[in-house]
Amino acid sequence: MKSIEDLIKLRDSARKNINMRLNPGSIRIQIGMGTCGIAAGAKHVYQKFQEEIREHNLKNIILTPVGCMGECAFEPLVEILESNGNHTIYCQVSERVVEDIVEEHIIGGAPIEKYFLSAIKR
Amino acid sequence: MLERIHVIICGGEACSKQEAKDIKREFDRLLEQEGLTDEAKTVMTGCMGLCEYHPVVVMYPGEVFYQNITVEAVATIIEEHIKHGRIVEQYRIPEPFDRGKIKNISQLKFYKMQKRIALRNCGVINPLDISEYIARDGYFALAKVLREMDPKTVIDTMKQSGLRGRGGGGFPTGLKWEFAAKSVDDVKYVICNADEGDPGAFMDRAVLEGDPHSVLEAMAICGYAIGAHQGYIYVRAEYPVAVERLEIAIRQARELQILGRNILGSHFDFDIELRLGAGAFVCGEETALIASIEGERGMPRNKPPFPAVRGLWGRPTNVNNVETFANVPVIFMKGADWFKNVGTEKSSGTKVFALGGKIMNTGLIEIPMGTTLREAIYDIGGGIPNKRKFKAVQTGGPSGGCITEKYLDTPIDFDNLVELGSMMGSGGMIVMDEDNCMVDVARFYLDFTVEESCGKCTPCREGTKRMLDILNRICEGKGTEEDLDVLERLGKMIQESSLCGLGQTAPNPVLSTLKHFRSEYEAHVYDKVCPAGVCAKLTTFTITEDCIGCTKCARNCPVGAIHGKVKELHHIDPALCIHCGACKVACPVNAISTKPVMKEEHAHV
Repeated sequence: MKSIEDLIKLRDSARKNINMRLNPGSIRIQIGMGTCGIAAGAKHVYQKFQEEIREHNLKNIILTPVGCMGECAFEPLVEILESNGNHTIYCQVSERVVEDIVEEHIIGGAPIEKYFLSAIKR
Repeated sequence: MLERIHVIICGGEACSKQEAKDIKREFDRLLEQEGLTDEAKTVMTGCMGLCEYHPVVVMYPGEVFYQNITVEAVATIIEEHIKHGRIVEQYRIPEPFDRGKIKNISQLKFYKMQKRIALRNCGVINPLDISEYIARDGYFALAKVLREMDPKTVIDTMKQSGLRGRGGGGFPTGLKWEFAAKSVDDVKYVICNADEGDPGAFMDRAVLEGDPHSVLEAMAICGYAIGAHQGYIYVRAEYPVAVERLEIAIRQARELQILGRNILGSHFDFDIELRLGAGAFVCGEETALIASIEGERGMPRNKPPFPAVRGLWGRPTNVNNVETFANVPVIFMKGADWFKNVGTEKSSGTKVFALGGKIMNTGLIEIPMGTTLREAIYDIGGGIPNKRKFKAVQTGGPSGGCITEKYLDTPIDFDNLVELGSMMGSGGMIVMDEDNCMVDVARFYLDFTVEESCGKCTPCREGTKRMLDILNRICEGKGTEEDLDVLERLGKMIQESSLCGLGQTAPNPVLSTLKHFRSEYEAHVYDKVCPAGVCAKLTTFTITEDCIGCTKCARNCPVGAIHGKVKELHHIDPALCIHCGACKVACPVNAISTKPVMKEEHAHV
């Protein structure tokens, strides 16, 4: 990159990967993969999401690791960002829960409240 | 100014903006009239998700939810809740959290009071992809600095922001940069201190793992400001994930020519390399860290000369902590004044804390300076599990001290914590409840510093070891009256005569517990009792009515001191008991009590 203009170009094209509102119809799945998340099993959760996405042949999904989300006591954490602005945080996600999330939330469009961070914390 | 009470008014759609505004206006009017504006503050927020109770008002601390509030009700709340600390039951929402339909309230609670500056990208972007960092305006601060500012303006901006070193010392970062800039030499270095060693502290790791580019960007800005072209990140080999992500980040930045020669078309060159530490606590001290990078044994040396004058390989060097660097790009993007307005007058910005110990939400939080300890522990941390009573909070790790309930309402900043006999440290915050023995806690931290002392100066090498011997003696019930005085005297001597920060602060955990919990030490020494039931030798094990008669304890007792029939209450013979604690471990229903029996009984023994 030779100038700030190149930087601006890259930023503007990369924004749609982060901000789902700029990317209608797509879903971003973030897995908390700091050391805390990995220790709690986030790598298996990540692989399971990869498998499920392949199996169901899902398009327009951005699956990405992210750093520590802060709620280390409730790892592994998975955050789903949708283009309508909805954010959902699932906690203590296991491989079995991944199946439910993909089938009911990602495909079916119905978030599963019992796995919400807010439901498990109280 | 930090108010005692915060009144949060829901301004969501259902709460009808107008109603909420009227309520806020009435609160403000009455608070003004009663002269309470210094004590209580009103804030209007977005929808809380409690729409069925609208209009909703929440009182902090304590998080009391009031429903269906009218303008007329405001006076009652001010009179009862704010002035007298009494909850107004008629408006209270009994248990708003029990309801599944209130979606994000816990997330709200955890995140609402936080302010994420250093952690702005942690958990948001993919740390393995530089374009996601750039999508969040990453490297724009560097571009701005290179294009619009001369090194002096950069340093002035840093000074104006009031940012202080987040590694523990709290030294103004801008001043540090200025010292390095003023040293004349054609080779200078920037070092990022990522040797995070406090037990229970992991905020630097989280930044490196979640947002490595923010550190790289800040180091380049620092290099430009002080005239350095090479940076080193000194990170522990025990952080393999952080090391891997840093390597990837550096490679990607080089590929995009954000590191290397002629960065972003300017005439500025800067590159960064990693140096792995073997995990010695003393290498967090900057002169020891520099020695370690040079390939020498990691031991501190006398200051001055400071690293800004003679640092790495004898060249002027600026060393900053990870979290300090993570704040830097934001200061240039949003301006020094913006940053200065966050936090308190003398400690601007935020601080990341690692919450641990006896707390519901173990994890990482970032709060504005000036937030009280109570808010951090109860409102964000969720309080103490199992209905136990709060006893103390330990900040600053092995260099810090314990803070008692009495001081929980102290706003957190560098100077306040030092005044309380503790320190900010790198940001560990360990909460202790009634089941923690403070003598044992002090012993734990001292044991750590004894292990980690590099051995160069006598007070630290020998003194801390002797203090530990005394603590061990006290925990075994062999302490004498004289021991407490010796501990205090020795501790003060080590503080005054040690070479580096490790020794100078090593006695803090002992001295602060001795100050705030002297009675607990005295119980160990005079009554030979550990009030918390932790020190096994000073604990009387008894079996409570909860016993289900499973016989596990009897089978696990190595000396056959436990008697009882199957499905009947068991008993421990105190004459045979060797205080090993095997029964407590074996019991499936937690029926082995270690709480001291009445004091009088002990007096007769």
